[in-house]
This record gives sequence, structure tokens and C-alpha cells, in this order.
Amino acid sequence: MPNFIDRRLNPKDKSLSNRQRFLRRARVELKRVINEKISTEKITDVDAGHAISLPVSGTSEPSFSPDRGTGRREYVLPGNREFVLGDRLPKPGAGGGAGAGKGGAADIELEDDFRFVLSREEVLDLFFEDLELPDMVKSSLKEAIAFKPRRAGFTTAGAPTNINVGRSMRNSFGRRIALRRPKQADLDAIADEIAVLEAEAKPSAVSSERLAGLRRDLEVLQRRRKLVAYIDPVDIRFNRFEPMPVPNANAVMFCLMDVSGSMGEREKDLAKRFFVLLHLFLKRRYERIDIVFIRHTHQAHEVDEETFFHSTQSGGTVVSTALEEMRHIIEERYPSRDWNIYAAQASDGDNLTGDSENCVNLLNNELMKLCQYYAYVEILDERESAIFRSTDNGTSLWRSYRLVGKNWRNFQMTRIAKPGDIYPVFHQLFAKQPKTAKSG
Amino acid sequence: MNKRADTSNLLFQSSEWNFNTLYRTYDAIKEIAIDELGLDVYPNQLEIISSEQMLDAYSSNGMPLIYRHWSFGKHFVYEEHHYRKGHRGLAYELVINSNPCITYLMEENTMSMQTLVTAHAAFGHNHFFKNNYLFKQWTDADAILNYMEFAKGYIARCEEKYGLAAVEPIIDAAHALMEQAVFRYNRPPRNSPLKERERVRDRLEYEERAFSDLWRTLPQRKADEDPTETERDLSERKKTLNLPEENLLYFIEKNSIILEPWQREILRIVRVVAQYFYPQRQTKVMNEGCATFVHYTIMNMMFDKGQLSEGNLLEMLHSHSNVVFQPGFDDPRFSGLNPYALGFAMMQDIERICTKPTAEDRDWFPEFAGNGDWRGTLLDAWANHRDESFILQYLSPALIRKFRLFALEDETKENHYRVASIHNERGYERIRSTLARSYDIGVNQPNIQVVDVDFRGNRHLHLQHTVRDGIVLDEHTRSATLRHVRRLWGYDVSLVGVEAGSEKTLYETSSSKLAE
Repeated sequence: MPNFIDRRLNPKDKSLSNRQRFLRRARVELKRVINEKISTEKITDVDAGHAISLPVSGTSEPSFSPDRGTGRREYVLPGNREFVLGDRLPKPGAGGGAGAGKGGAADIELEDDFRFVLSREEVLDLFFEDLELPDMVKSSLKEAIAFKPRRAGFTTAGAPTNINVGRSMRNSFGRRIALRRPKQADLDAIADEIAVLEAEAKPSAVSSERLAGLRRDLEVLQRRRKLVAYIDPVDIRFNRFEPMPVPNANAVMFCLMDVSGSMGEREKDLAKRFFVLLHLFLKRRYERIDIVFIRHTHQAHEVDEETFFHSTQSGGTVVSTALEEMRHIIEERYPSRDWNIYAAQASDGDNLTGDSENCVNLLNNELMKLCQYYAYVEILDERESAIFRSTDNGTSLWRSYRLVGKNWRNFQMTRIAKPGDIYPVFHQLFAKQPKTAKSG
Repeated sequence: MNKRADTSNLLFQSSEWNFNTLYRTYDAIKEIAIDELGLDVYPNQLEIISSEQMLDAYSSNGMPLIYRHWSFGKHFVYEEHHYRKGHRGLAYELVINSNPCITYLMEENTMSMQTLVTAHAAFGHNHFFKNNYLFKQWTDADAILNYMEFAKGYIARCEEKYGLAAVEPIIDAAHALMEQAVFRYNRPPRNSPLKERERVRDRLEYEERAFSDLWRTLPQRKADEDPTETERDLSERKKTLNLPEENLLYFIEKNSIILEPWQREILRIVRVVAQYFYPQRQTKVMNEGCATFVHYTIMNMMFDKGQLSEGNLLEMLHSHSNVVFQPGFDDPRFSGLNPYALGFAMMQDIERICTKPTAEDRDWFPEFAGNGDWRGTLLDAWANHRDESFILQYLSPALIRKFRLFALEDETKENHYRVASIHNERGYERIRSTLARSYDIGVNQPNIQVVDVDFRGNRHLHLQHTVRDGIVLDEHTRSATLRHVRRLWGYDVSLVGVEAGSEKTLYETSSSKLAE
């Protein structure tokens, strides 16, 4: 008799834990591949929820296996059409041919061409693994601007709303036992007995004596009850609250970008990539973070995310307008008392003559005092990058900003020329900082 | 002429299956398989599974359960990717060599397909598992599922007790030696799971009892011995250690000094699994040929009895011919000889030789040509051969011509292949023996053995690779594997490549020379 069993409802993900073990094992390799991929390919693809496939060679399972490039072999193959004994066939070049197709071909493929899909979550996790916003918590925690009451034990004084009933009743109960407060039931019992005795038509001498005694007892008990209160003010306990300083974790990120004519498609693309990456990173890392997008030509506007990344505008370049706009927004909506303020600016370095000084003044005198961190990314021409990468020379904006950089430790500037540069720069800007740096 | 108008015999008509039709069809298949073909099978257990479950089964070597290890996860991820991308479909069935014989049927199969795969797996493969001498001798169908359960639990307990980081490297290393972890010639003793557990306990107890710190302090032996004594010493050592030993993992399990009892047990588990799968790897052509022949024969008989409609038969034939498709060597779809095609063609050929032999067949196969008993001849072949011997004995010139087989010589140094023989009178023998040899795992896998171990000195483990036809080992994987051996052995390990016949040393490598 056959035994049919319907297993379809059995648990499915039997291999889940093995899959996780594998991913953990392949972690280093995966990270490398993802970083490479994101720095060279379209960055928006990551955010679009695409899964990406990865070749993995880091998790090989070695065994003693014959070297294909040595020795003498003999194959038997089907489908001979015109060959006769002794024919010579040229070997195909690299890439394998009829001979290599024999048997082992599938194994080779498995090793070299191992591809599979990671979910978007898994990719981003790996990608942002060792990045951190610098000094997320305000270093001036000692100032402790915000407090939050937190429960801390009990107290004997307080507002009626804070009475802790359980605790109070416990005290009352203990006191009542200690002072032997008569119970209502005892009183009732005596009262009942008195009532019975009083009801007798002809009370005997014994019972009337008893009645008098009972009345006396009842009086004593009633007096005692009055003296020992059910709840006494000494019983009352209140919940105690202690004000605890709360770290100020409100953060706002300003993204400033030059969208003027001098920013070509390539420059804009690079800047966008930088911001997309930044955006992804922030969205992922921090639940509560405001992001403000400011784009500027000769005038600056706060725009929404969509416009910032996707629409175009024409005009000249006055960088200080963007800084001015940022200052304005901070004053209006993000008082630095309550907010950690971060800013990232991308530009090709072009600026209206003389405006760079304005920018420096604005930064030095106002913005840098308010900002937790300021990153400036300059997009270079590919040809310039070789010249300018390591020198102090550069556009007027770059030279001026260098002055700011000297004054403020939390001002960072860097230059990028091609998509591949972005990730390292990003990594450098947001690398996890050693604890000591925080005190600065 | 049209006897088939009567539909009263049909087992099913729609393509949807349900358990009633499955039972009915199973009984019909069984009647033919047992009564007419004379098959002898384990009791069947057929399980309906979904595609996800099939993927799971794929990645655990086709076992219903297996211990946890990342390499299975890797397989899973790989299979899943190809399946989701549509690069490849899933098998219609999967069958496990166990008693009762477990067959997985995919829920997506149509009723015709369920019929086909039931005949194929539950009777074809099942008969082969139960009767082939290799399986009889080397595997224990009664115990394997219990053993795998024990193995899974044992390794999970080890992970709990000693940590994943300690267990994983041992399994990694053991997997690296899996190819060298089988006995090819002597049969390992069989143990019931209960005895298995007792043995583990005894082993642990013994190790605890026999531990004595004093052993450490034994004086070392002096180095100034005369060479004859060293020589004698060596031969004595080889005798007591049973050297040379082909089963590296077995040797390490028994003789490594650094392994804890639980680590030895893990090596043993991996070794048992390797041994269990060893017969399957040696009988691919036969096993598939047998199963394909069985399902083909059964479905035709069912059709003749009027149990299948023409539509059903055509559907079955369609997938049957997909399975036994053999593209030529220059076809882009070519990926080696298809074991289904070759196996099935050989089984059919044997039937033909038994019933309608030509003069050539009588010449080549005097023992059974024209004996009329193709059932008996096939049953006998299935029981007593593995791929290599089967091909050597039964591949007929007619089939060589049909497949237009030719042999190609590949000398690495030359920049062309040479056609060594083709399907003509002069070539048959050569093609047959070459093809047979290519199915001999013993020949195709590197032959690596433990030849010596210096227990009194630095405990150096000496491995020897007997190089045949000048085929050496791939250096990259060789080093990586050697490192794994070093990890299990704990002391230096060296590998020497010696050319078969000339005893010339071709290469020499040692774990001490490898960068960690």
C-alpha cells in the first residue's frame, strides 16, 4: 500500500538559517562587491529597490581536484559526422571548447559565475555598515537644555495626582495592624449581641449585667476606631519624579547644491549622486531627521526632494545666497539650541567674483557657530583632477574655504572627479570617529 | 483497429491530480512493475511538496534533513537564483535511497507527470537502490534517515556547547576532504542508530578515563638509531596503522592527536554521508537508465491496457524525449553525454539484443543474444554492475553507431586534439573501454593516500598523490585543501606527487611552506 503524504503545508524556509550562515560568511566579499558596484553604477538603482546580483568567490569550498591544464586525457563524444581515425582538430582558444565541455563544465561555472540576489535591505545594511554621522549627539550635553521627568522612587510630599495608592494603602494596613484598630466586623458582632439581649422580654440579672458590659466594650471600641484613622496622612506616599537631561537628538541636514549653468550634466550628476547617497544614509540611520534641500543659482530657494534632484534651473552663480538662505531657515525653523545642524554643499567651485569672501564671512561669523558639521564637496573636471587633487590651488571658492577649514575643526572639504571617487569621499567624511574626537 | 474507443479503463482524464487518482494510478503502476517487470522494491512513501520545498531539498543534497552548514546555504542561494531567473526548472521528482523509499513529487505536476515520475522514481530508482550490489554493500537504507537525524542533532548540540566558530571550521575541513573520505574496497561496518549513540558515549567515556597527564612526561626517544632499525620501524608502523590508507578522513579521525572526541564524531558524520552518496556517483548512467526504461515500459503497457488516453501518453512522451535528448558534441546545448540518454538507450538495446539479435550482436554478446528473456537479463545487469563495468560489458557496436561516438585524445602540450577512434570495426573496442574508464571514479579522481606518519618524531603526515597520465592537482585548491588537512591533523602535512609506474616525484609540497 503506498503511503502518500501531503507535505505542502510543512514549514518552508528550511534553508533560511543556512542562507544566513552563508551571508555572514560572505560578508567581507559582499561588502567589497557592493561598494564597487555602487561607486561605479547608477546610484539611484539602489534606492529604487532593485536587488543586485553578486559574483562571490570568497566562499570557495576547495578539494583536491585535477588541474585541467595538465596531462593526457581521452574523451568519448557523440555526434561524429566527418571525422576519421587520426584526424587532428585544432583546440579552441581560451574559453573552453568541446573538450572542456565534458563533465566538469558545470562545476567551473558554479565557482566562477556564482551570482545571487540580495534584498535591498541587505545591500544597504552592508553598504552603510561602518558609517556614522559625526557627533550626532550635541557635545554640549552638559548644558542640558531639555529635561524629561523620570520616575525615581517615592516621596512623602507631592501633588495629589501623584499619590501612589498601592504604597499608601500598604502603609495604612501596617499601621492599622500595629495600633490594633478594631475591625467593623467586631463592632457588628457586639452590636448584634446587644440587640439580642435588649430584645429579651424579661432580662435576667446575668444578661443585664452582660448587656452593660457589652455596651461598655462597644463604646471603647468605637472611641478607639475614631482615634486610629483608617488612612492617616503619615501613610500617604507620592510617586517621585526626577528631571533627567535628555540628549538633544533633533537633527537637520542642509543639502546645498549649485544648479547654475556652469554645472554641466556631469557635475550635476556627480553632485546628485553624492546627495542621493547622503540622503539614503541619513534616512536609514536616523529616524528623526529633517532634511532641507537648497539649490541656488544667483538666487537660492528651498525646494523639495523631487525638485532638488530632478528639475533644472538656469542663471548665474552666487554661492552666498545659498548660505544666506540656510541662515534664514535656521533662524526661522531650526534654532541651534534645539537642533543639531549638519550641512553638505556641492559645487563646481564657480562663484561670482568677490562673493567668495562673503561666503567665508558668513561661515566664519555665523554658520559655523551653529553647525555641528559642514562638508564641502567640489566637483572637478576629470582632467583637472590630476592637477588639483593634492594641491592647495583651485577655484576661488576652494581657496577661500580653505581659510574656513583652518579655523574650524568641523569643516571638511574634498574634491571628486568621477563616480568612483564618491564612495571613498563619503566614507572619509562620515567614517566612524574615535571617541576622543567627540570632546573637540 | 480502433480498439481504443473504450474509455472505461482510463485511470484519469483531467490533468489535475488528486489523492484518489494518485492511489488508483499507483496501484496500476505497481501491478505492472511487480507482476510483469518483476521489480523488487522497498515500500514506497510518496510526498507531495511545493517548489520552495524542492529547492530546500536540492540544497541539502536531496536529503530530507541534514546538519546545518553555510555551504548548504550557498547551494540554496545558487539554486534559488537560477530558478527565480528561469535559467533552469526544478526536477519533477526527487528520490531518496531509504527504506521506506521516499519520493518527492512536485505539486505543479500534471496527473500525467505524476504517473510518469511515480513509475520512474518509486519503481525504477527504488528497484535499483534495493537490488544493485553497490547500494546493498555500501549503504544502509534502513538506517540512513535515523542517522541523519542523529547527525543533525549532534552537530547542533556541538554548536551549542562549543560555539559555531569552533564547529564550522571542522566541517569546512571535513567537506574539503569529502572526496577522499570513502572506502573504495573494504566495507565499513554497519551500526544501528542506537548502537551509534552508545558508541559515541563509550568513546567519550573512554577518553575521559584514559586521560593521564603522565603521558606528557614520557621521555623522547633518542635520535641515534641505525638505519635498518628505522626501516623496520617504518614497515611496522605501516602495518599497525594499516597504511597506505585511501580514506584520509577516516585516518585523521582515528589517528589525529589534536582532535577532541566531538570533533572526531563530526568527521565521522561527514565521512558517513560521503560514503552513502558514493554508490550513486558510480551508477548515474545505470540508475537513470534503469528508471527511464522502467517508466517508458510501464507507460506503454498502461496505454496498451487502455489505462492512459492518447493525450496522456503524448504528454508523457514529450517529457520523456526531452529527458533523453542527446545533442551532438558541436551543438551549443551539448554538456557531456546525457546519462539518461545513454542509460536508456543501452537498456533498450539490451532488450533488442535479447529479442531480435543481429549476427553482429550474437558475435559480441554470445551469453544473452537472442535468449528472449530481456527482463531477466536487465534485472541481472541492474543488480550486478556499476557504470564502468556496465558499459564495458553491454555497450554494443550498434549503439556506438547510433550515437556516432568517437574518441578524442587530448595531450595538453599539443595544440590540437587527435581523433583516436571512430564508430567502425577498429574503433568499437577502444571507444567502449575509453567510455567505461571515463565513468570510473577511481580513475578520474585524484588518488591520494596516507603513506606515512612520523608519530615518534615531529608527527609529520605524509600524503602521496599517484599521478596518472600526467594529470596533477590544481595548485590553488591543492594548497587550500592542504591547509584544511593541516588544521585537522595539527602538525605539518606534506603531499608528494609520484608518477604512476615510473615512481618519479613530480612535485612536493608541504603545509609548512604555505602561507597561512
